[in-house]
Amino acid sequence: MEGLISLAVKAIFVENLALSFFLGMCTFLAVSKKISTAMGLGISVMVVQAITVPANNLILNYLLAPGALAWAGFGDVDLTFLGLISYIGVIAALVQILEMVLDKYFPPLYNALGVFLPLITVNCAILGGSLFMVERSYDFAEAATYGVSSGFGWALAITAMAGVREKLKYSDIPDGLQGLGITFITAGLMALAFMSFSGVKL
Amino acid sequence: MAQTYRKQLIDPLVDNNPITLQVLGICSALAVTSSMQVALVMTIAVTAVTGFSSMFISMLRNQIPSSIRIIVQMVVIASLVILVDQILKAYAYEISKTLSVFVGLIITNCIVMGRAEAFAMKNPPIDSFIDGVGNGLGYGLLLMVVAFFRELLGAGSLFGITIFETVNNGGWYVPNGMMLLPPSAFFVIGLIIWGVRTWKPAQVEEREYKIQSVEAH
Repeated sequence: MEGLISLAVKAIFVENLALSFFLGMCTFLAVSKKISTAMGLGISVMVVQAITVPANNLILNYLLAPGALAWAGFGDVDLTFLGLISYIGVIAALVQILEMVLDKYFPPLYNALGVFLPLITVNCAILGGSLFMVERSYDFAEAATYGVSSGFGWALAITAMAGVREKLKYSDIPDGLQGLGITFITAGLMALAFMSFSGVKL
Repeated sequence: MAQTYRKQLIDPLVDNNPITLQVLGICSALAVTSSMQVALVMTIAVTAVTGFSSMFISMLRNQIPSSIRIIVQMVVIASLVILVDQILKAYAYEISKTLSVFVGLIITNCIVMGRAEAFAMKNPPIDSFIDGVGNGLGYGLLLMVVAFFRELLGAGSLFGITIFETVNNGGWYVPNGMMLLPPSAFFVIGLIIWGVRTWKPAQVEEREYKIQSVEAH
């Protein structure tokens, strides 16, 4: 249990997907102009991340890993090279299913998240989360924790960024730095601030 | 004809750079730029994937029904990335370890999808290939520039060859450790964008709020 909490804290603050691995940057920079939209996107990323990371963990352990197909009689088959294509397939399919389920049973939530859901398929934070899960060989419980907390970390970062940018638009910035330039520098400063968490351990 | 190819290839380098202007593919641009060597490998990988995926998608463009085009594009791109990943693991294992998940993340690199969707779906294969390579190179150029500053200032070397002798080895240069950490990548790219936009004022973004001087009454 302690291990899981420490993993969660690490995933949220120390190894924040957006600010220390630069994942999901395209959306991070494009959709962080208003706090409300940023939060909507952040929550959708968290939900999708919480489902896809454990799902990909199951795919890896029961279909792709060396010897995983023993139950089907193919004991010595190693399909790990198909990893990338399966993960992205799982992500795309899950996002599609999630969209349909939300549309059917939770229309208000669907209306709030609707526009962002398709965007999430190509968000590198989602695929990145699954790939980190593979690289660090998490078990199922760890994968589930990592999914939720890394998604939360991303949501936190984009919301904070949107807060800064809402204030920033009133300031007098040199022409060349206007827009994208100053956003990068702000993100850099935020990343520096997040680095101060690096000593935190539970 | 040769002129247009040349233009297609050169245009994305500065005038229409995927990173500084189109804001595509930043995700991996930042993480792999702490040394020149890694950045070079990443450039080659991305250029190859963008070029070939654009070419194949363009060949298929008349057969792909538009309702499932995203999935088809994904499959083409993912297959190419798997190839690149396997080749790197076989011939450059050390570097593929450093790049870790970022090779896999070429799949979700917006440049690849962006070019497939915006250019390859409407143009013949050779044009698309050149457009893909051009955009890959534009991305790579920025990657190399960022990596140049980060490695030179952070470790005093280029491609692992010492340029500034660091204090630890008895030289004079005190390395700036921050340049090797993630935040510096943001600063370097931010400053590069500033530089490019001062050079090419057409790229400057419109202000949301105009600052007006108020006359004293």
